[in-house]
Amino acid sequence: MKLGMSDRSEQPISEPARQPGAAPVLWSSTRPASGTSGAAPGPVSIEARHIHKTFGRYTALQDVSLTVNDGELLALLGPSGSGKTTLLRVIAGLESPDPHSESRLIFAGRDVTGEDVGQRRVGFVFQHYALFRNMTVFENIAFGLRVRPRKQRPSPASIRDKVRELLALIQLESLADRYPTQLSGGQRQRVALARALAIEPKVLLLDEPFGALDAKVRQGLRRWLRRLHDTVHVTSLLVTHDQEEALEVADRIVVMNHARIEQAGTPEDVFHRPASEFVMDFMGSVNLFHGRIEGGKAVFGPLALDHAGAGAVDGQTARLFVRPYDLHIDRRNTGKPSLRARVQRIQAAGPQVRVELQAETGEAVVVEIPHPQFRETAIAPGDEVFVALRDAKVFTEDYSI
Amino acid sequence: MNGRAASKDPAVLQWALTLAALAFLAVFVVLPLINIFGQAFEKGWQTYVAALTDPDALSAIRLTLLATGTAVACNLAFGIAAAWAIAKFQFRGKNILITLIDLPFAVSPVIAGLIYVLIFGAQGWMGEWLDAHDIHIIFAVPGIVLATTFVTFPFVARELIPLMQSQGTEEEEAALSLGAGGWQVLWRVTIPNIKWSLLYGVVLCTARAMGEFGAVSVVSGHIRGLTNTMPLQVEVLYNEYNFTAAFAVASLLALLALASLTAKTLLEFQMRRAAAEQAVEGNPEA
Repeated sequence: MKLGMSDRSEQPISEPARQPGAAPVLWSSTRPASGTSGAAPGPVSIEARHIHKTFGRYTALQDVSLTVNDGELLALLGPSGSGKTTLLRVIAGLESPDPHSESRLIFAGRDVTGEDVGQRRVGFVFQHYALFRNMTVFENIAFGLRVRPRKQRPSPASIRDKVRELLALIQLESLADRYPTQLSGGQRQRVALARALAIEPKVLLLDEPFGALDAKVRQGLRRWLRRLHDTVHVTSLLVTHDQEEALEVADRIVVMNHARIEQAGTPEDVFHRPASEFVMDFMGSVNLFHGRIEGGKAVFGPLALDHAGAGAVDGQTARLFVRPYDLHIDRRNTGKPSLRARVQRIQAAGPQVRVELQAETGEAVVVEIPHPQFRETAIAPGDEVFVALRDAKVFTEDYSI
Repeated sequence: MNGRAASKDPAVLQWALTLAALAFLAVFVVLPLINIFGQAFEKGWQTYVAALTDPDALSAIRLTLLATGTAVACNLAFGIAAAWAIAKFQFRGKNILITLIDLPFAVSPVIAGLIYVLIFGAQGWMGEWLDAHDIHIIFAVPGIVLATTFVTFPFVARELIPLMQSQGTEEEEAALSLGAGGWQVLWRVTIPNIKWSLLYGVVLCTARAMGEFGAVSVVSGHIRGLTNTMPLQVEVLYNEYNFTAAFAVASLLALLALASLTAKTLLEFQMRRAAAEQAVEGNPEA
């Protein structure tokens, strides 16, 4: 199988080059070569406790605590302004948290709260690459080794070998003498990654690393990053606002909103068992119905969901969040509890057919159905249809089920 | 048609405007320039060389070079420091600092010179103390250097601030995260990124420092062979009806101005190229 991606005109990137013996030289940290699921709790690599950060009157982080396990790739996911980049920069040491007696930052058991960014030895990858524009690709990657104090500085020959090794890893050996301006966005971000890895960081911090790239390049590059991570196993923290990206690359996802963590869990957890309305809404498009609890069921008009949950109290207002693919469309009333609606718009270009409806109760409803079913039912704008409920996530006032 | 309006002016008008501009330049710039050299060489090469090798003239040239060199060096260090602080950090009083940097542009040079006389002069605040310790600032070389530095103070900083602001702090942050120290960041990342603008600022600063008259005139005391800079020497010679010598020194200043202008043009070309490259970099997929 060709694992390649096309980065526009560039040569396809295959798997991160695995040179014999390359990984041990690059990353001396020992990590059990357990698979890539990574969710298994290992030793803790990063621990942030009770971090607060305000900019003037704006609160960016409010009592945030987070742990990242050794060797895992964790995604910090949230809308812009949720505090995720600030948290990343605080962990890197590029931003200092508000002084707070309980605030602590611990890397692999070592308290780094008072250390500056250089001492923490983190690899930081910026959204806009931040490559040194006055240096070649080679010099960019060698920078972290060249600036070391004379005693710790590797010899010119070993610097050269190390840079070559990293160039092979990012598969840009032929571009060593180019300047950043002569590279494409995807190539630049790979150079930025190699530059960060050159100092053998304890942790790799990536701030929206693919945010400035176009969709196609972004997709290829994030798969490449996942494979790279499986090769080098460096603990990584990735900030993104793209839930698809987080679901695809991360071992674990931490969802942030309004300076707080909403939920932390595996991609499956976060997607299928959202802890809050915000997470449910953020992880994909949803339909929202304002209903109530009646006889232990969550009821919205004719629709009802049996498993409204043990804690549900009759008479409580309930909000039903329904994914577009958890709704079913029928041309005629089959007797099942269903909502009468009129087809407004059909969008058939895509993996699923997206049908926009206007319910008789006034709500706008979006349903996604597979193409074969769309052809079977043969609905068209203006048709009257019946919408049945397959599954929903119910949130009552205080808790969710 | 509307679309053609921009280029529809009659050719006659275009030519007339161009000619008017050129004529204006000829009368106000080129003619005086030619006149300087014409007057300087009026009595032949020997007189010209003699006028320039006169001990007082040589002393004026040395003093001008000394004052210019010191002022440029000071303002280079200060300009980088101020631009770095303003562009890369947030702190209280930042706006006050920006305003203060512009002060020498707003204040008349003569006032600037007077301020120094009021501070360091014999009747000034520090006059007695300085006199007691046998330190001479006013009517001496230090005063001239001070006045020149003050007047040329904004050039480097003003040139660097917008560029450094547009470049942001990410490259510096990247360098710090890779373990570089403060000086390493400055020499390996910041300075190489601003080198063309830095040189441009230095050229402007040099040109202004060499030609400074007002502020220096107030603090100099016009002591021949001691505290006369080239512009002051020109004035003294002219007032003595020694036109040939006056124009000879003036021609030297004019030559220095032309050299600055050439350097400035070359630098502007370089900076446009650097800016174009940066524009390419701004576009992620270019």
